[in-house]
Amino acid sequence: MATNLQTTAGGTPVFYDLDEHDHPEGGSTMLGFWIYLMSDCLIFAILFAVYGVLGASYAAGPAPKDLFDLPLVAVNTAMLLMSSITYGFAMLEMQRGRAGAVQAWLAVTGLFGLAFIGIELYEFAHMIHEGATPQRSAFLSSFFTLVGTHGLHVTFGIIWLVTLMVQVARHGLIAANQRRLMCLSMFWHFLDVIWIGVFTFVYLMGMLR
Amino acid sequence: MSGHAETGHDNGHAPVTLKGYLTGFILSVVLTAIPFWLVMTGALESKQATAIAIMAFAAVQVVVHMIYFLHMHPKAEGGWSITALLFTLILVVIVLSGSLWVMFHLNTNMMPGMHDMSGMP
Repeated sequence: MATNLQTTAGGTPVFYDLDEHDHPEGGSTMLGFWIYLMSDCLIFAILFAVYGVLGASYAAGPAPKDLFDLPLVAVNTAMLLMSSITYGFAMLEMQRGRAGAVQAWLAVTGLFGLAFIGIELYEFAHMIHEGATPQRSAFLSSFFTLVGTHGLHVTFGIIWLVTLMVQVARHGLIAANQRRLMCLSMFWHFLDVIWIGVFTFVYLMGMLR
Repeated sequence: MSGHAETGHDNGHAPVTLKGYLTGFILSVVLTAIPFWLVMTGALESKQATAIAIMAFAAVQVVVHMIYFLHMHPKAEGGWSITALLFTLILVVIVLSGSLWVMFHLNTNMMPGMHDMSGMP
């Protein structure tokens, strides 16, 4: 049934097109992925709210001032920011259709991501070694949950990035791979946006308390 | 936004440019460096003023990232991206302000010794 004929009160026939519109493959992927990112944003909003409520409950344990090392956090922030711009370079090369250059910039992005994870794990290990474990206080539980969830996202981003490097190596910059690279681009930059909230509200505000 | 068929893989996203990425990067570096500098040197005397300043820098940097890195513009995906974003922002504001507000008052009112219970039956 392609059309449905109805008649208005005046007797004029009105046509409704009931056929499916043309949906090119992947045509709605970007919007769908954006909505996924918004739902991820809500997860982080809830974790930020938890940290906001519990962040001052030290249970006579260590406070942010005793634990955080701001120069280290600054280096970590720089790593993530550098990885954002190198991913941008990869997207520019993708527009020019140069698969080799895309691979190179993706590799650089992955290395910056690994450096970020490495520094974060070093920081966590250092804190746990000093007895500031997630079990120590509500502040530390919420800190490890919030920052750890972000770190986990970056880890999965790196796994995804390696997967796409293999895909591009095998199939080149086909339309599907371009779409995947654009989704990862949004994911990666989104994680950088979340990190702005983390370093501002957790680290910088923590040092002010 | 133009029709589906001709947009193909880029779905109405504006083409990304080197200038856009570099502008975003330089702005981000500046907007990150200033709050770190403010807190690490204690340049502002009052802690409250520092807190307000770094929150303002964070808010501006989020907008910079949205525009230059996530390529948000009101017309993207026929306006659905910005609609989803605004809806999410409303929820985030309700979740954050609601949690902090309610829990702050609960904390204050649940402090031991705050209420005189001797008159209770």
